[in-house]
Amino acid sequence: MLNYLWAFMILTGIIYGCFHGTMAEISNAALDSAKEAVNLCITMLGVMSFWTGLMQIAQKAGIIASLTQKITPFLRFLFPSLRNEQRALEYISTNVIANILGLGWACTPAGLKAMEEMRQIQLRCGKNPDIASNEMCGFLILNISSLQLIPVNMIVYRSQYGSVNPTAIIAPAILATSFSTLAGILFLKIADARSRRHNY
Amino acid sequence: MNLANVLSNFSNIIIPLVIFYIVATGIANKVNVYDEFLEGAGDGMKTVVGIMPTLIGLMIAVGVLRASGFLDFLGQLLGRILVSFSVPAPIIPVILIKMFSSSAATGLVLDIFKTYGPDSNIGFLTSLIMSSTETIFYTMSVYFLAAKVKKTRYTLPGALIATLAGIVASFWIVGSIFG
Repeated sequence: MLNYLWAFMILTGIIYGCFHGTMAEISNAALDSAKEAVNLCITMLGVMSFWTGLMQIAQKAGIIASLTQKITPFLRFLFPSLRNEQRALEYISTNVIANILGLGWACTPAGLKAMEEMRQIQLRCGKNPDIASNEMCGFLILNISSLQLIPVNMIVYRSQYGSVNPTAIIAPAILATSFSTLAGILFLKIADARSRRHNY
Repeated sequence: MNLANVLSNFSNIIIPLVIFYIVATGIANKVNVYDEFLEGAGDGMKTVVGIMPTLIGLMIAVGVLRASGFLDFLGQLLGRILVSFSVPAPIIPVILIKMFSSSAATGLVLDIFKTYGPDSNIGFLTSLIMSSTETIFYTMSVYFLAAKVKKTRYTLPGALIATLAGIVASFWIVGSIFG
């Protein structure tokens, strides 16, 4: 995907520049952007290391494990058919908490294991594993609704580009994310209820 | 107190509170907080170094596109179509590309920050939209491929609705902050 997108951006830029006499600007932009990317990474090194360092403490102090346990009842409400599937619930809650805390490295592995576990459940129930179960759809909608509470990356970018108050977006971002997650949850509950009425 | 005040007060205190809570809980649980911090920070550095090539590649691509004048051309084109919805034109490519790749969208976001500033109306809106949406198609393909699922049923409509809700909320919040 990115293969084509990247090639498209570079090639379109150069061809467009050919016809509009901006070739000199393009050469400068290519060099400047490379330099700028490295500058950005230097800012990011500080803030990201600070955040992952804190999260390492949170993990050792048992904060992440206890949060993971605390949301299980909520997950039982979202996915009633997984009520007794301890392992699937565990993977899902690890993924959700990692997502909320912005631990990108931790959410994908747990999420993939959750999907694999739900696939096993499908097979065990004698359903076609090629078709996503309600729980799989719901889990992905929840993931895509964006759960991250503190947008660490955006704060870094804002501070790099001279924002007076880079963290000013935290509360608005939490509010906006709650709306998208709420809409996602509403949708997945309605879709789940509807499909049950039609199929069972 | 209006919404803007509440939000800005909350934004100011949350980071110190989180730091305090984590370090205090760590000490209470007899964690070697400083050693653990250093270890975690080291991992974070590796992550950033890992994404550095991606960032360089994408910022060059966006830089080339911007310098050629193509982005302005695209902006004017979209601007004419979207003027009736009062959606700022530079936001549209961000929203579209964010569905496929977060890092590619980041390139465009940085361009917006450079042009308009992160504290401008449009810079703030972009920050919010990026924070409240996810890479729909990327996430779906990774997860469903791993589970060998071929029919994704109502996942895409649900994901689109959640994304739309996030975007609408971002517009509303920015509208009420900037008045």
